[in-house]
Amino acid sequence: MKQLTAVIDHIGSAVLLLVRSLKFVPTLPRQFPRFIEQCYLIGYTTLPIVTILSFFIGSVLALQSGYSMENFGAKQFIGTLVGLSMTRELGPVMVAILLAGRVGSAITAELASMKVYQEIDALVTMNIPPERMLVLPRLAAVLVMMPVLAIIANLCGWYGGALVCQYTHFISVDSESYFAALKRYMGWKDITDGLYKAEFFGFVIVLVCCHIGLSTRGGPREIGAAVTRAVVTSLILILVLDYFVTKALI
Amino acid sequence: MSSTYSTSPFIGKTYGVTIRHLTKNFGPVTVLQDISLEVRPGEIFVIMGPSGSGKSVLLKHIAGLETATRGEVRIGEFDAADPSTRDQVHLALVFQAGALFSSLSVYDNLALYPREHRLADEAGIRQRVMRTLQILSLEKAFNKFPSELSGGMRKRVAIARALVMEPQLLLYDEPTSELDPVMSATISEIIATLRQQTAVTSIVVTHDRDLALSIADRIAIIMDGRIRAVGQPNDFRQPADPVIANFLNPVIDFKNPRFKQLENNHE
Ligand SMILES: Nc1ncnc2c1ncn2[C@@H]1O[C@H](COP(=O)(O)OP(=O)(O)OP(=O)(O)O)[C@@H](O)[C@H]1O
Ligand SMILES: [Mg+2]
Repeated sequence: MKQLTAVIDHIGSAVLLLVRSLKFVPTLPRQFPRFIEQCYLIGYTTLPIVTILSFFIGSVLALQSGYSMENFGAKQFIGTLVGLSMTRELGPVMVAILLAGRVGSAITAELASMKVYQEIDALVTMNIPPERMLVLPRLAAVLVMMPVLAIIANLCGWYGGALVCQYTHFISVDSESYFAALKRYMGWKDITDGLYKAEFFGFVIVLVCCHIGLSTRGGPREIGAAVTRAVVTSLILILVLDYFVTKALI
Repeated sequence: MSSTYSTSPFIGKTYGVTIRHLTKNFGPVTVLQDISLEVRPGEIFVIMGPSGSGKSVLLKHIAGLETATRGEVRIGEFDAADPSTRDQVHLALVFQAGALFSSLSVYDNLALYPREHRLADEAGIRQRVMRTLQILSLEKAFNKFPSELSGGMRKRVAIARALVMEPQLLLYDEPTSELDPVMSATISEIIATLRQQTAVTSIVVTHDRDLALSIADRIAIIMDGRIRAVGQPNDFRQPADPVIANFLNPVIDFKNPRFKQLENNHE
């Protein structure tokens, strides 16, 4: 019971944080340098790992499906399978998990240490709302960068699958028929659904990590605890929300 | 373009601080107990007291960073705990630990406030920041980061950051605790000069008896979360209350029974 009220409490204050941040949307144009800095941190620094991992996820999907589909002669559908699962599910979820581990943890660590070392208090006395300066640029940046990251993940995944299909001897589906199969059963809705998911996850992760960082209390040890809590909460939220968002989109 | 900048709209107004029956509990611990104080507009009010007596907590209440368990703090007619008060009253707090922005250089630490509130264009801000840094002999450190500064330099940057804000209410939490005697004297001069030049109300928490006696209009002594005495500096030169006398002029006694145990441990 106590835990339940704590969870509801957290959701409530995260929503409050969002509302307070959105109030400052008109200040975004003059915070443009901060927004660009966050885009760089969120997008550019996550890019290499997203490329590598999605490439390998696409490859292994192709490998596994090639191996099992060979038995009932459905090899020509490998492109469809890799394409759809990357686009609708694995791309967005994987990007979200990487974002939580790489960016979410960094956000929480930064804000929690600012809180612990009274930098947030200093901002408050200077009448500079932390929501305006610290939260809003991050939320805006993640909204811009998530679709970009998800599209790159999709492309890398598709090409990873194509390469495996062409050069693995027991599959040997050439890339032309692979991409033909991929295109035939994929609609724009599949792509946009995936992007919506990525967008939603990214937004929730950044909001939750900001909230946990800013509500840290105590000493330096609390910073570490806050980071752990932020990453674990983000991962749980990604997987739970994934089900509901997918259901809503279908 | 210049119409987008507002030059300090606050100049000329001064606010006093009224504290009425302020009590603060942290869990079961009572840190401040029924504190009532009246700081007059434009006054230099010094708060002294033993370590752990609740001075910093009291300042945080005035700055609106803590909420009272009971009682209230008012700045002029505004409630200090209400966030909208900061739109009306322009206050600055020199934190005991500095609270510098560790990801910003010294220059940007000072420039953040005028930039965010668009008090001047970049050239004007530069002038204002460099002038303040010069006053505190920090002009060479302007591009350093807080982690590269000594303790005393950090304290001076914290003071400079508050001065750049040109506030109406300036709260100092032990401004001279880490400074050498010359720098401490400079800080005393700054506090006194500011009061003459601008209509600022200053509340200074300090352990520095000389600073207190030389610049204060009035002094309050706080002990164990209660006000022990309030008065003019002259009242504290030869205080009648033995507890205060001992606090302000402690006698160094090597035969203090407290040390007996230390000696025994050595044997
Ligand atoms: N956030 C907090 N939670 C719990 N207790 C606190 C908190 N902040 C301060 N205290 C307690 O309140 C008391 C007064 O603290 P405060 O920092 O005001 O002392 P001080 O008078 O400023 O001392 P010093 O001269 O050493 O700075 C201390 O006993 C401290 O342990
Ligand atoms: Mg203190």
